[in-house]
Amino acid sequence: MAEASSGLDAQAQAELARAWSDPPTFKGWICTLDHKAIARRFVVTALLFFFAGGVLGGLMRHQLSEPGKTLVGPDLYNQVFTMHGTTMMFLFAVPVMQGVALYLLPLMVGTRNTAFPRMSACSYWIYLIGGLTLFAGFACNTGADAGWFSYVPLAGPEYGFGKRSDFWNVLVNFTEATGLMLAVDLATTALKMRAPGMSLLRMPLFVWATMVSSVMIIFAMPTVMLGANLVQFDRMAGTHFFNPAEGGDALLWQHMFWYFGHPEVYFIFVPALGMISAIIPTFARRPMFGHRAIVLSLIATGFLSFGLWVHHMYATNLPELGKSFFTAMSFMIAIPSAVQLFCWIATIAGGRLVLKTPMLFIAGFFATLMIGGLTGIMLGSVPLDLQVHDTYFVVAHLHYVLIGGALYPLFGAIYYWFPKVYGRMLDERLGRWQFWLLSIGFNLTFFPLHVLGLHGMPRRIYTYTADTGWGPLKFVSWVGAMIEDASMALFVFNIVRAVWKGRPAEPDPWDGPTLEWAASSPPAPYNFERIPVVASAEPLWSPPASGPRWVAGLSTKLREGLVTTVLDALPDVRYLYPTPSPWPIVAAFTVGFWLVWSIFSNKGMLIGLLPPTIAFIAWYWPTKEEADAELEVEKRP
Amino acid sequence: MSSVCRRAGAATALAAVLLAVPGCEREARRFDKVPVAPDARARAGALASFTAGPPGRGLRERAAAGGYDERSAWTLAQGKRWYRWFNCIGCHAQGGGGSGPALMDAGWTYGKTPGDIFTTLMDGRPNGMPAFRGRIPEEQAWQIVAYVRSLSGLVPSDAAPNRGDELHGAEPEELREPTRPEDKR
Amino acid sequence: MSDALDAAGPQAAWIARLWWISLWLCLAVFIGVMAALGLALWRSHRAARTAGDAPVRKDRALRVLVGSATLLSSVLLVGLLEVSVLTDRALERLPRGDALSIRVTAHQWWWEMVYEDARADHVFATANELVIPVGRPVVVTLEADDVIHSFWVPNLHGKKDLIPGRSTTIEFRADRAGRFVGRCAEFCGLQHAFMAYDVVALPPDRYAQWAEHERASAPEPQAADAVRGRELFLTGSCMLCHAVQGTSAQGRRGPDLTHFASRSHIGAGSIANSPQALARWIEDPQKLKPGANMPSHFLPADDLAALVAYLETLT
Repeated sequence: MAEASSGLDAQAQAELARAWSDPPTFKGWICTLDHKAIARRFVVTALLFFFAGGVLGGLMRHQLSEPGKTLVGPDLYNQVFTMHGTTMMFLFAVPVMQGVALYLLPLMVGTRNTAFPRMSACSYWIYLIGGLTLFAGFACNTGADAGWFSYVPLAGPEYGFGKRSDFWNVLVNFTEATGLMLAVDLATTALKMRAPGMSLLRMPLFVWATMVSSVMIIFAMPTVMLGANLVQFDRMAGTHFFNPAEGGDALLWQHMFWYFGHPEVYFIFVPALGMISAIIPTFARRPMFGHRAIVLSLIATGFLSFGLWVHHMYATNLPELGKSFFTAMSFMIAIPSAVQLFCWIATIAGGRLVLKTPMLFIAGFFATLMIGGLTGIMLGSVPLDLQVHDTYFVVAHLHYVLIGGALYPLFGAIYYWFPKVYGRMLDERLGRWQFWLLSIGFNLTFFPLHVLGLHGMPRRIYTYTADTGWGPLKFVSWVGAMIEDASMALFVFNIVRAVWKGRPAEPDPWDGPTLEWAASSPPAPYNFERIPVVASAEPLWSPPASGPRWVAGLSTKLREGLVTTVLDALPDVRYLYPTPSPWPIVAAFTVGFWLVWSIFSNKGMLIGLLPPTIAFIAWYWPTKEEADAELEVEKRP
Repeated sequence: MSSVCRRAGAATALAAVLLAVPGCEREARRFDKVPVAPDARARAGALASFTAGPPGRGLRERAAAGGYDERSAWTLAQGKRWYRWFNCIGCHAQGGGGSGPALMDAGWTYGKTPGDIFTTLMDGRPNGMPAFRGRIPEEQAWQIVAYVRSLSGLVPSDAAPNRGDELHGAEPEELREPTRPEDKR
Repeated sequence: MSDALDAAGPQAAWIARLWWISLWLCLAVFIGVMAALGLALWRSHRAARTAGDAPVRKDRALRVLVGSATLLSSVLLVGLLEVSVLTDRALERLPRGDALSIRVTAHQWWWEMVYEDARADHVFATANELVIPVGRPVVVTLEADDVIHSFWVPNLHGKKDLIPGRSTTIEFRADRAGRFVGRCAEFCGLQHAFMAYDVVALPPDRYAQWAEHERASAPEPQAADAVRGRELFLTGSCMLCHAVQGTSAQGRRGPDLTHFASRSHIGAGSIANSPQALARWIEDPQKLKPGANMPSHFLPADDLAALVAYLETLT
């Protein structure tokens, strides 16, 4: 049910629209701080990187479809698989989840924008420049080629010669800066800018998931940034962090990388869990069963994910008993995931099912993620992992959990929220075709890989001989990949056609419970004419029975919002949002220039710091207009 | 996407590409190099032929013809590997010299062009530099030549090797500057 | 064909057992959860056809179901954890009396095996093949010369990484005779794909014969072209990297070739060993294994034939 009139008169509405508008044309496009515009950029760019990574994956499948194929030699193959993994993990999976959250979070918590919009604007440009830098390197035979995990000594100064691994290390700086900036913005918004009455337990589960993954990002990403920079020092400045001959340790990198790397898959998985928790109540027509249990499970997953990283290192010579502790932790994290699965099934069982495309993808998620999760349990066990580690069994597992646990929910989310973002409906029939083609293609591609792993096929090999017997299953895998490609083509077609001439959508086509469905489709730049007041976890299904329903008194002439308390969301402070500014993009370009220069020169690493410093200082320097406006508001609220 | 976006995106991509264009040469790994000529090993003789060769003369023409590549990081890294494997360290240490002259300074007794160094390596020199013709294939010899020049900072710094993964105290080749101003690139 | 489930030794057997237990358990859980989901979807779909907005199922019944499912999952996980730890412990408890001691060093992209012995003159080296006696434990010391590699013989045991700067061991035992394949299982650069080694388990008496033969130096070549081939080997570039015991060739940078002709593969699994394959390999290894550290040698045809003839005498 859409929002009843909030009672703003025409003049106030016009003032609000003017206050929240962007400067015209190109300047507006660069300087916008509208979280929706920035989020759309993130998602579109991430999907483009996804398709690029998919092309690389298809190339790998093609090269391996028969023994002794000479499509790609070892040097190019090493770059291809490294670029595939790096693109998918750093340039697609995390940014797309953060992008979707950036769009939905302010709408779901009932506020006008995120807490630090200039920071998220800057983070997009840093992400774009980083991704383009990596691909520019690839285009010039300088693609990273030491694996997406870039182990030393292979990625170190002696064996990682040339600039390939330097591009990788610098990419990590770009993407982790982006991730951290967005995480801080999203977590702050979720904690401090919720609509009055939206206590923590009334906060939507998607927002909980975003907050948990944002806090995880803040704790985990600095580790890999630090590690990558230490490797850069080894490569550029002759330090010995990872040189055993001089007292360093090759295994140190593995610890630093996987301490980030394991939580990283949860940065991708936890937001997907949030998407599912948003979609199921709508299509089961009832509030989520076990809302509190799911909240606790999300938090538990976040914590536990930091205790698993050694399961990527079982084949090293770490003490055996210590490895078993990580087996216990790896098994333990299955329990909160299981709780969520059971609560979702219970919600469906206790509801009245509406089977539309988003729900179809959720069903696919269940089947695919379960297989991935169960092979994950197998991999958590040390003895079993010692046989299948670094084989195609792990390739199968990781694709089942990433595609099942992240891609299926993402497609479900896109079908669910597309009407809100673009004001058009996606075609249901095309959606069903896409779903079935994807499911058939995906399982054909990746299920046989379990068998290949047990038959001794290691990962990261560019070819194999016929006497291994791996050929037939590899061929099946290639056929499946082509079916998956067809499903992706359908998806793109569906999106393009819907944007161009899709059926117009109402504000609330699915009759959803959360606040974003109260805004128009697409929402106005200011999201809501007035900030709503909330009295339940399903605000649109159970609006406040008594008391105020909207916040009154915020200025319509300035970009003003409300900051509320953390636990109970009681109104606390009035907050003046930043206004559009070119400094975020300028700062991003100076950061990009600095990092790219540092690949080629140590002097660059130092001197190149100067422009970003100036840009950030200029960014934060208060302007006279801002200072005057704030003073005016204080005097006369 | 607006045309503005497309233009901005294209400009960014072009700039990124231009920055990395030299990468094509730097990252080239050419495994099918110039093969060893048939008569090359004919002059090797018996094991005891590790004798010094004639001073200052050699196949400059041949040397100038092919095989030398200082732009490829792979070539330089392989040269560094052969320098270690074939025990150049025995007389020249990590470039600082010992019973043999230092290789990382500005002094070049027999010339510092690639052809000169190749001749030194293949035909030997008086005062103890052995002749490696027929022992070290020409392809690998050219890689050693490139590496030896990197010891004095005479190759592009983005292709030169960085520190090795072993015990040593020398400054990485990538960070070396030529001692004489006229050698600066 | 290498196969982790075709166990030829006790460790692989333990792991295979754990695999089957896990597989059946996970399959049961998968079917159970999918059945529950299917049931939920069906009932929900049926309920949707009745009118009304009120919540359908009593939450109390659902709470009991979810609670017990969670409890059951936890119990199964703890059980599996115990089985896993017990298996891990069993793997470590291989009796090691009278173990054969081998030192394996991994290089880019070949394997060096040194068979140790209390008597220094009984120590011998070979490459890219691991011959072991049936029924006797083998303790392999693992070291890496350059980057991280991984030692993996699926039919015998799980894998162990060889990390530069660290020395570690792996112990296993072959309980039946046969030929197995070992592979490098950690990405190590350009030719990670061709870094395999043959693992041959021989009955103890045949193993003793093999070891005795390996300790011996290379035989003197008799035929004229083999003699000429040896001269080429010793005066050319071969001896800079390769060793043939009993000659002056003592290079340590490439595989030891003393008994090369008795090996089944060339180039760490790149191609099956035969005179024709050997000629192709010597002439241009880069065609078969691009990026390998062995350079091309385009020799005149008769020189190549002589060299091959000599190498074929190194049985």
